[in-house]
Amino acid sequence: MTSAPTKVPAAPSETAALRGRIGDSPLRPDGTLKVQGEFAFGSDLWADEMIWGVTLRSPHVHARIVSIDVGPALATSGVYTVLTAEDVPGGNVGLDHADQPVLATGVVRYHGEPVALVAADHPEIARQAAKKIRVVYEELPAVTDGRRALEPAAPQVHDGGNLLRHLKIRRGNPDPVAPVVVSLDFEVGMQDQAFLGPESGLAVPDDAGGIDLYVATQWLHADQRQICQALGLPPEKVRLTLAGVGGAFGGREDLSIHVHACLLALRTGKPIKMVYNREESFFGHVHRHPASLRYEFGADHDGLLHYAKAEIVFDGGAYASSTAAVVGNGGTLGLGPYNIPNVQVDCYGVYTNNPPCGAMRGFGCVQAAFAHEALMDELADRVGMDRVAIRQLNGMREGDRNITGQLIDSAAPVAELLQLVQDMPLPAERLSEDEFDLLSLPGGVSNTTHGEGVVRGIGYAVTYKNVGFSEGFDDYSTARVRLEITADEPTVTVHTAAAEVGQGLITVEQQICRTELGVQRVVVHPRDTQVGSAGSTSASRQTYVTGGAVKAACEAVRAKVLERASTMLDLELSELVLDGAQIVSITGDVVASLQDVLGTDAVDETVKWSHRPTYPIDPETGQGDAHVQYAFSAHRAVVDVDTELGLVKVIALDTAQDVGKAINPDAVVGQIQGGSAQGMGLALMEEIVVTDGRVRNPSFTDYLIPTILDMPPMKIEVLEYADPHAPYGVRGVGEPPTISSGPAVAAAIRRATGKALRRVPIRPEHITEG
Amino acid sequence: MDFLQPRSWSEALEAKAAHPDAVPIAGGTDVMVELNFDHHRPAFLLDLTRIEELETWSFDNGRVRLGAGVTYSRVIDELGRLLPGLAMASRTVGSPQIRNRGTVGGNLGAASPAGDAHPALLAAEADVELASVRGTRRLPLTEFYTGVKRNALAPDELIAAILITPPSGPQQFCKIGTRNAMVISVSAFGLALHPERKAVGTGIGSAAPTPRRAYEAENFLAQALDAAGLWETRATMPPELAREFGNYVRSAASPIDDVRGTASYRSHSLAVMARRSLSWAWDDYRRAA
Ligand SMILES: Cc1cc2nc3c(=O)[nH]c(=O)nc-3n(C[C@H](O)[C@H](O)[C@H](O)COP(=O)(O)OP(=O)(O)OC[C@H]3O[C@@H](n4cnc5c(N)ncnc54)[C@H](O)[C@@H]3O)c2cc1C
Repeated sequence: MTSAPTKVPAAPSETAALRGRIGDSPLRPDGTLKVQGEFAFGSDLWADEMIWGVTLRSPHVHARIVSIDVGPALATSGVYTVLTAEDVPGGNVGLDHADQPVLATGVVRYHGEPVALVAADHPEIARQAAKKIRVVYEELPAVTDGRRALEPAAPQVHDGGNLLRHLKIRRGNPDPVAPVVVSLDFEVGMQDQAFLGPESGLAVPDDAGGIDLYVATQWLHADQRQICQALGLPPEKVRLTLAGVGGAFGGREDLSIHVHACLLALRTGKPIKMVYNREESFFGHVHRHPASLRYEFGADHDGLLHYAKAEIVFDGGAYASSTAAVVGNGGTLGLGPYNIPNVQVDCYGVYTNNPPCGAMRGFGCVQAAFAHEALMDELADRVGMDRVAIRQLNGMREGDRNITGQLIDSAAPVAELLQLVQDMPLPAERLSEDEFDLLSLPGGVSNTTHGEGVVRGIGYAVTYKNVGFSEGFDDYSTARVRLEITADEPTVTVHTAAAEVGQGLITVEQQICRTELGVQRVVVHPRDTQVGSAGSTSASRQTYVTGGAVKAACEAVRAKVLERASTMLDLELSELVLDGAQIVSITGDVVASLQDVLGTDAVDETVKWSHRPTYPIDPETGQGDAHVQYAFSAHRAVVDVDTELGLVKVIALDTAQDVGKAINPDAVVGQIQGGSAQGMGLALMEEIVVTDGRVRNPSFTDYLIPTILDMPPMKIEVLEYADPHAPYGVRGVGEPPTISSGPAVAAAIRRATGKALRRVPIRPEHITEG
Repeated sequence: MDFLQPRSWSEALEAKAAHPDAVPIAGGTDVMVELNFDHHRPAFLLDLTRIEELETWSFDNGRVRLGAGVTYSRVIDELGRLLPGLAMASRTVGSPQIRNRGTVGGNLGAASPAGDAHPALLAAEADVELASVRGTRRLPLTEFYTGVKRNALAPDELIAAILITPPSGPQQFCKIGTRNAMVISVSAFGLALHPERKAVGTGIGSAAPTPRRAYEAENFLAQALDAAGLWETRATMPPELAREFGNYVRSAASPIDDVRGTASYRSHSLAVMARRSLSWAWDDYRRAA
């Protein structure tokens, strides 16, 4: 330790030389590994002595379980155990509402519900043994339509009726009239998250009745709470570590293999590996809610909205999952980013015997946007107005109040975003039929047109989406940041439980630490439950909320270091600044090195950080400050439609989005591209086809997602209007592109074909026969 | 499950005779999917990838003799001119990875009504050569498809090759899928004009229990072209003629509704593809004069 401060000039370039701060786009630590196929996903987990678990699922949509005979399965050589509902020590699980048994208890409520588990020393043996479990079912009448579920005579999925939530918004005049009235009915099919890494995990029992679970998930602590509930164990006995996640998009918010693997591990005393194959994955996670929407807009002859009425029914399937929150979003945000003085919304979430639906990117706003954007186009046409101009006329601005009466207290650039996409250059005209290029035509190399029947259409859509959890939810994150000298170099270790699902959060955490502490070397600790909850990696919230927590923890570390320096050097705390490896006075002189101040000690701070509170809405009027932040985006789609064959080629899908502050500009663009593709997928092809409750296409052979030949290159304009209430001014990025892209594509197809097209995905026969 | 790996064609035929239940595997792009989904648990797999003859093509009495193990990628790269319809169909198969492994013989072995090679081969009036220790036989492709995913192979037989006459006129292939790549056909159509014989060949995919030809459409068009002297004059194709041809093709199909598409859309799209492909083929024919 030096006795006196060394008087040398400060080196401000020290911090300037840091690579990978906020606003940079440093390489992701997992990037090269993933590109080279060396990243360890959950499905790659391995432990000595591990054995394999598999699930037996219900072949029925709704049935009573008369009996289960596990004898023949148990007698199979290589099988360790077979478990049924009787072996589950604790209670039900569920994200918001614990209504789902870990294994079906007395009744199965959907096609694919888990009924029994097998552990064996080879996955193949386990699968064969599972087929030998004899379950006798007695089929029950099922309800497989969301609207029918609300009829009094409908079969009941649970005691207590099929209505899960009814959200009402009543604002302004209850009997509004307007000179121009337009209305529509819209249907949205069931979309799947279609993440590429199937559900997977490894449960390792300890010798004290506890368990370590390594699992690919979105929210370690919500998982932990539910696992504890189901196993009847305290949290210290159920420790979770995040395994490599191959995409999530909401589909990993609910439990999959979690409790099953733990049950098998506790029973056998062996590490249990579980991995779903692709088919099982389609049964092993929730999907996006199919929705049935009825909308009516009233406006004056100049296109100014006077009132809106909406009735939305979300089919939640057999278990609640996050349906109530999806209803919250669909209801409060389901009229889009428009000023509407008189509003009546009735938004329902219902139980049916369809596969359970829950979180998926865009969460309730996606379905509604198809309806309100289609109706805006209809209104524009009716009053003879430009489709962009009518949106700009009615679009929200900062200082406006939305339909729940909440003040929009940061940027709301609806008109500007639309202007930006409208002003982007249009793609080149199509080549003539003599010099066509198959790859740029609908159908591609399948050679279905050389230009015949092809009509171009342009469509616009705009959206806004809440960021973070809403309606009074205690939405916080926790970060632990540690600063020490290792090998003569200042090193920061950042530890959060926030799930990295491929979006790049670990890079963001590093960037924040570098910026706040001026230290180049930032080590990201594995994500686990040894630190407090970070909340879910969903709702576009982690850069905001976990980013906020990391920032706050860095600030706490900085304060501690400076306090130490001030005591040690006997200098006023207020006169000291931490600048990387040095403590600098406010006059810019280096007064001590970090090494001097820390020695071999570490400064280690944990901070729990929350965003501004939100509030429940009034149950009768729906009024209230439900959300913490809004994110806005607009898309313009240009499509060529083979109007005779109903095939579509999206030629351009351009967008503008306000992100508040681009912490990592490359990652922002990545989110926008991926989100736009996913929204386009719902407009064109992505649907889990469910007939009478049965899933008919549980594979990537028939659940189609866009390929590189379906997705056009994008023009992307990123605005950075800082939100003064958010750390660094950030605004959630991940979801808005998924919401506005699909409706823009659908609008473009309507424009090209002149057809109403009130259902997505739009299939070829809808265009040729509709 | 045992894995038989014959080094020569005669060894392969002997193996198949000894184990008639052995499942042949070429590119494996169908077989491995079946195994992974556990739809099938054969006692033996018979690997055909070590047999050179299967992977070669040659000329046989003026026809192309395409070894059953030739991949789509090679058809595209090497046979674009000799087998244009099959090459067009090959370009629409799966992804580059699938085209690198998947074989035309495998498509026949699977005999799926949705296989993309079938309409092109039917239109070209191809024959298939089947072999066993008992000997070799050739039969028209139309006799090869016997039902949904069923074919005329005897338990001890293997597909040796496909025989296709190089075209005397233009060929076309079109396929409907609900995305622009990597998709199983909702319906497909193959067309070949045979000006030498003043004949027309067609093939329909995904719109009947088996791939099939639209004989009435072929006869209708061949006669109409002949009656109007169009084979000789190469005058423009009357639009009504193309339309009527499309209607005949539509009538030849017996499609069903399934998760990929409706029966009525399949019928409709066949009529459109037939009409359009005829106009392209006819334009080619006129230009070739
Ligand atoms: C992702 C993906 C995409 C696909 N896309 C398409 C597509 O767009 N269009 C399409 O038509 N198909 C498609 N397929 C299916 C498949 O690729 C084709 O059917 C291909 O032609 C099969 O060839 P293969 O060599 O891989 O056959 P294999 O899988 O090896 O065999 C297929 C069948 O033929 C039998 N067989 C193979 N060789 C012989 C022989 N010499 N004698 C007797 N029987 C034999 C096998 O026993 C088996 O029954 C796709 C498959 C996948 C996995």
